Amino acid sequence: MNYVQFTAAQRKEMLKSVGAESIEDLLRQVPAEFRLKSPLNLPAEMDELTLRSHLSELAASNVPAGQQVCFLGAGVYDHFIPTVVDHLAMKGEFLTAYTPYQAEASQGSLQAFFEFQTMVCQLTGMDVSNASLYEGATALAEGVLMALNVTGKRQVLVSQGVHPHYRQVLQTYLSDLPTEFKDLPLKNGTTDLQELQSFLEDDTAAVVVQSPNFLGHLERVDTVAKFVHANSSLAIQVFHPLSLGLLKKPGEMDVDIAVAEGQPLGIPMQFGGPYLGLFACKSEHMRKMPGRLVGQTVDIEGRRAFCLTLQTREQHIRREKATSNVCTNQGLLALRACVYLAAMGPQGMREASQLCHNKAAYLAERLAKAGLSLRFKGTAFFNEILVKLNRPVDQVLSKARSAGVLAGYAVGQHYPELADCLLVAVTEQRTKAQIDALVDLLK
Amino acid sequence: MITMDSTRSSGEPLLFEVSTDGARAVDLPGSDVPTAPLDAAFTSAAAPPLPEIGQLDLVRHFTHLSHRNFSVDDNFYPLGSCTMKYNPKVNEWAAALAGFANLHPMQSEADCQGALALLYHLRVFLQEIAGLDEVSLQPCAGAHGEWTALKVIRAYFRDHGQSKRRIVLAPDTAHGTNPASCAMCGAGVVTIKSQADGLTDLGDLKAHLNEEVAAVMVTNPNTVGKFDSHIGEMAELVHKVGAMLYLDGANMNAILGIARPGDFGVDVMHYNTHKTFSTPHGCGGPGAGPIAVRSKLAPYLPVPQVVKLSDQFQWDHNRPKSIGKVRSFWGQYNVLVRAYTYIRACGAGGLRDVSESAVLAANYLAQRVKHVYPLPYGPADGKPMATNPCAHEFITVPKAVIDRGVSIMDIAKNLIDRGFHPPTVHWPVHDCLMIEPTETESKASLDAFADALLQIAALSETNVEQLRQAPVHQSVRRLDEVGAARKPVLRWSAK
Repeated sequence: MNYVQFTAAQRKEMLKSVGAESIEDLLRQVPAEFRLKSPLNLPAEMDELTLRSHLSELAASNVPAGQQVCFLGAGVYDHFIPTVVDHLAMKGEFLTAYTPYQAEASQGSLQAFFEFQTMVCQLTGMDVSNASLYEGATALAEGVLMALNVTGKRQVLVSQGVHPHYRQVLQTYLSDLPTEFKDLPLKNGTTDLQELQSFLEDDTAAVVVQSPNFLGHLERVDTVAKFVHANSSLAIQVFHPLSLGLLKKPGEMDVDIAVAEGQPLGIPMQFGGPYLGLFACKSEHMRKMPGRLVGQTVDIEGRRAFCLTLQTREQHIRREKATSNVCTNQGLLALRACVYLAAMGPQGMREASQLCHNKAAYLAERLAKAGLSLRFKGTAFFNEILVKLNRPVDQVLSKARSAGVLAGYAVGQHYPELADCLLVAVTEQRTKAQIDALVDLLK
Repeated sequence: MITMDSTRSSGEPLLFEVSTDGARAVDLPGSDVPTAPLDAAFTSAAAPPLPEIGQLDLVRHFTHLSHRNFSVDDNFYPLGSCTMKYNPKVNEWAAALAGFANLHPMQSEADCQGALALLYHLRVFLQEIAGLDEVSLQPCAGAHGEWTALKVIRAYFRDHGQSKRRIVLAPDTAHGTNPASCAMCGAGVVTIKSQADGLTDLGDLKAHLNEEVAAVMVTNPNTVGKFDSHIGEMAELVHKVGAMLYLDGANMNAILGIARPGDFGVDVMHYNTHKTFSTPHGCGGPGAGPIAVRSKLAPYLPVPQVVKLSDQFQWDHNRPKSIGKVRSFWGQYNVLVRAYTYIRACGAGGLRDVSESAVLAANYLAQRVKHVYPLPYGPADGKPMATNPCAHEFITVPKAVIDRGVSIMDIAKNLIDRGFHPPTVHWPVHDCLMIEPTETESKASLDAFADALLQIAALSETNVEQLRQAPVHQSVRRLDEVGAARKPVLRWSAK
């Protein structure tokens, strides 16, 4: 089924009206030497019933986290998604619309994005947000490119506590540009603030820290921002959106640019994507921001209305001088986050954050009683903890897996010195009984 | 400058304006473990000041907003270059399967064999459709694919001692992302002229080709809706100076199963799954922008690559010449599920019929209106489309209508009032409408759209003032977009 609706009689009539004997007369524009002589080597078409059995089979040959007990995090989390999120975000009027270039025919999505931008500001305490970018790592890369552009400096310092994928992606983004990328070392699981001061140079455009960082620890982002600003550089924080029901907001810590993976805000884990890049900054950088922006305006009768704005920053007008090549936001996922944040409200966010922290703290305490300690004792965490195991990590993971438990993430592949450690994430969905069972598996 | 008249702001209120202290849309379980305090240095005194709203009011709010959107499900959406075809519902069903939707990207490969198999086979299908050797499914969207592919080209030349190749040539009608992506790779962009017939000016191309050129970016069929019959000569010229021919795959919907980029000399290209393979546009995203390359470029593709070793599907991270990672995790997975579902539904024959039908639809629609909406790149006056056909889309510059004082934007806004999403306007040339009907519209819907265009043109002879008023049947009338940019209001604030 290819969803073409023309009947044979209609095709004939249409061909006749354009003066063609057959479709070949319309395809002549493709030189004969380049015409495909045989059909594409692809499987034959499928009717819907067969197609559904085939896809059901493929899906069934996975063992998704949803069928297990998931303590796996490392940047993607098994959070609760209220039913209204799926229901509203799957409406065809949103699903099958395009970028709202024609504002009068797109007030629905434009207003939703304006609400999204506002809620990202409320969540982060930042001045302005764009209508979203691809996902967390590329949002960080865009933030760093913006900082280079704003400051006119060339060096970027990136904490080793930033998600390893994000650091790799940032390196790819910077590799053909005249910039310098330096790692900031960790001390006891958080960014070494003394080293930070010695690394700062005149040419430092930005410093990137993540909090909670990849190892789960909370960083003193306010102190980082102070040091960085004293050096006339910009502070960039990678944050966890669901932690902000409880934790200090990036804006309260005076960072200049705040970016995040928005997946925890009502987006399924779906094997890594599509996700949602959150991007917010101080208002002074508004005109240098990458990505789509929705603004409020009025129509000719004075009614409030919304439209894409500040488009002169963008590729379709500014071409090679654009602030970024990005020409889509993650519309549908921004809509999911918008519904999620509105559904949760301040109380729901506070409770979800507190539940995540309570349960992670309970796990840490139970582990301590069982003789297993956190790798860096006394370091504050949100919902992810780094546990030092007494047995090889692989062994523990596979034993847990046999019991239907995804016990966590082996960080040794990125941090060889932590090869005996397991990163365990606890969301509001985990129960006390599940946590107790995990402790038995980790012992 | 028009100011906001609060008595007329009777539209859907913002969530923040209907927020009621204490209202809630969802509840969460109580804590089954003790509350754990956290150091005050890290905690915020107050919860974020998000709106508070009950569930029914929340549902109504977004339902009302959905009524204020044109969409393919509701309206003909002939937005040129965007391929707004039908998004099959079975694709959504597949993407929502728990076996895909609840899969964590860091699970072991053993847990993800079905997901990896799907990616591997999609990779092979896209290689076959492109006529190229290897595909990377990682890029997040078309523009991201462009940037990734340009990085791959840079890495290839650096590895071959030709770092001095930093120039990319692109035609003046290229998508704006082409030059913007080049700039993000530190490459310089030089514009190549198009001829009056819409094809590339080979003389101008020749004049700019030299050993500093890394790539020439083309769109074919091109952005004026013509298959560039010079493509063979272009490829030869480009290859003669050792550069790469890059195809922007925006218009692949015209040539599926008819011609393959690899066969007409393309070395590297990107797809837009939301254009060609029916994944929904979702108000602007998510897209996916897989890239396809010749084997000599394959070692430089992003990591990881999905591979098959005996009967097992795996991630290959060990590609020492790779440009590295271009995003976190592995790609726009659930978008790719939809693209895979679509390709399996269509099969080889169905895909070819997609393109043939898209070309037929565009020519039929052009034929219906061209006596009033002339085609600068079409047949001579009075001749049928078959004498100089378009590909899957066409451009019209309705000079006579414009001369009567009706702007292209007036035409667009009148189409909105008649229930049609307007075509792309003012691109790639000024004062044009770029119309792409796609293959999934019925003949009746093509006819209704043609009738609307003709009606508007007829009205331009008698009542220009009426046309200038549109839209009048939408939730808002024309907007003050200049004011929006001059004093940007990007968020709601409490008074």
